[in-house]
Amino acid sequence: MPAPSIRASRLTSNHIGIALLLGVAYGIVPFTGSEYLLDAILTPFLALALAAVGLNVLTGYAGQVSLGSAAFLAVGAYAAYNFNLRIPELPFLVSLLLAGLVAALVGLVFGLPSLRLRGFYLAVSTLAAQFFVQWALTKFGWFSNDNPSGVIDAPTLNIAGIPVSGAERRYVFSLTIVLIATFLTVRLLASQSGRNFIAVRDHEIAAKVIGVPLLRTKLLAFGISSFLIGIAGVLWAFAYLRTVEPAGFNLDRSFQILFIIIIGGLASIRGSFLGAAFIVVFPLLLSRVGAALLGNVFDSGVLEMSQRIVIGGLIIGLLIAEPRGLIALLDRFSIRVFRKPRHANQQPN
Amino acid sequence: MFDYQFFIEVLVGGLLSGVMYSLVAIGFVLIYKTSGVLNFAQGAMILFAALTFVSLLERGVPFPLALLATLAVMVVLGIAVERFVLRPLVNQPPITLFMATLGLSYVIEGAAQLLWGAQVHGLDLGISDTPFDVAGVLISQFDLFAAAVAGALVALFALFFRYTRTGLAFRAVADDQFAALAVGLRLPRVWAAVWTAAGIVAVVAGLLWGARLGVQFSLSLIVLKALPVLVLGGFDSIAGAIVGGLLIGAIEKLAEVYVGPFFGGGIEAWAAYVVALGFLLVRPSGLFGQKLVERV
Repeated sequence: MPAPSIRASRLTSNHIGIALLLGVAYGIVPFTGSEYLLDAILTPFLALALAAVGLNVLTGYAGQVSLGSAAFLAVGAYAAYNFNLRIPELPFLVSLLLAGLVAALVGLVFGLPSLRLRGFYLAVSTLAAQFFVQWALTKFGWFSNDNPSGVIDAPTLNIAGIPVSGAERRYVFSLTIVLIATFLTVRLLASQSGRNFIAVRDHEIAAKVIGVPLLRTKLLAFGISSFLIGIAGVLWAFAYLRTVEPAGFNLDRSFQILFIIIIGGLASIRGSFLGAAFIVVFPLLLSRVGAALLGNVFDSGVLEMSQRIVIGGLIIGLLIAEPRGLIALLDRFSIRVFRKPRHANQQPN
Repeated sequence: MFDYQFFIEVLVGGLLSGVMYSLVAIGFVLIYKTSGVLNFAQGAMILFAALTFVSLLERGVPFPLALLATLAVMVVLGIAVERFVLRPLVNQPPITLFMATLGLSYVIEGAAQLLWGAQVHGLDLGISDTPFDVAGVLISQFDLFAAAVAGALVALFALFFRYTRTGLAFRAVADDQFAALAVGLRLPRVWAAVWTAAGIVAVVAGLLWGARLGVQFSLSLIVLKALPVLVLGGFDSIAGAIVGGLLIGAIEKLAEVYVGPFFGGGIEAWAAYVVALGFLLVRPSGLFGQKLVERV
């Protein structure tokens, strides 16, 4: 369910909100944000949010659960690295696009089983992508330019002659890519293809009966989703970490992205961003709060475990109490605060 | 010249490790059959059971007492899961329940390690792991023991399903939830019982796998080994879990030995998935799974 602001042509409060957010994101944050904020919080947030948007297309909108998102992150990252390394004449933006296309291609291959499998069987089959890609990247030195453990060091990027170095530039670069990709995704979801996704999700056979091309729709969902996740992988590798290894794209990362969309909100683009923000900020908050309350007992091991417990508990709690995620809670809250009572029953999305 | 003896040795080793996979898969099947939930937390339950048992042993609790206490903990866990996770989510789509069990596995893993610490524990069940010789083929004693335990467990479950009232209730619920409700079976109770049963399977699997690998976090990752077994055997068939386990075990080892060298080895991690997937494309409900009839 795309935000209504896309369809409405008149200026709504949503438009003003988005414009304000953009103004802050471009006009204030890069100049006032500390390097820590930009490098350790905002850039990973952007990459994860884009990956979550990608997974949301597949899982939230088209209803195909995937446990292999990290594999497509890895494909994107390694593909961009290789395009950049082996064809140096290629402008980076082209490598970025090509990396997304390679990820989309791999996604199509692993999406093929979705034509015969559904539900759990499909979820399990996406695990094959997860293990296969991680194995291939470690095993074949070619992908990492013969680094023994498959580690790649991303070079500094040049966009139209301007080096993307320093926390601010990397942030602005990521922000721009994520915004463009998200905008295009929102447009796609508002089109017939987007409605086909939802039809397939809600009732596959009924969708078939009313003439939705199942094969094309499912493969398109896999392709678009992996494309976006692949681009997110490029950002993750080039703008955020800058040194990545295949082990960094493990099953836990896949779960993390899945959790982002469950927590933020399935089938909600804004939910993907909210969920990503939560996943990035929450561990930091937890470690601060934990350290303040418990002092030295709260070491990194305890932190990781309590983080697992809280995130797992939150997922169960949200699935029970609000399956549409945090974004639905936020919307309900903002309706109560900002609108007149007679609108209170309307759902914003 | 093809070395038959080596082939048989690899095959037997594979089959025996397949038994260990089956042991994990049975826990899944029990829950899937009666509640339609693919319980991703089964691995976490195995970790929790093994960790509880080992930690009790290390604190000087005698073996039988520790075992009893662990079983009791798993019973409590089963009831708690039914009460706090399944009951509020009743009638939700299966995939929602699956995601809830993903969350559950995080909670259980976190709790287990927060409670007992994250270090690796050794577990000695007092069974020697010396291989012995059967007609020139080396067989691990421990593997045979594990196979016997798995066999006994399956036999017990078969008897339980066949001859007890609870077993009858399990079968009724597995067959048709609405009909079971209509004749007055209390679904929440059956689910609590079935999660308890899966918890007991987790104790057995946890002890055997723990003795094999050491009790540590990676125990909860054996669920990933069990998934292709389930896909191959069908999610709702105990026989499928056994046969699937054996097949996957054998295929994995044979593939690693005979196909692996062409790819530089290490294909164990995904070979099972590829085989299971290839099989699925031909038979989408697995070897023994129920055919799903789709209605509009």
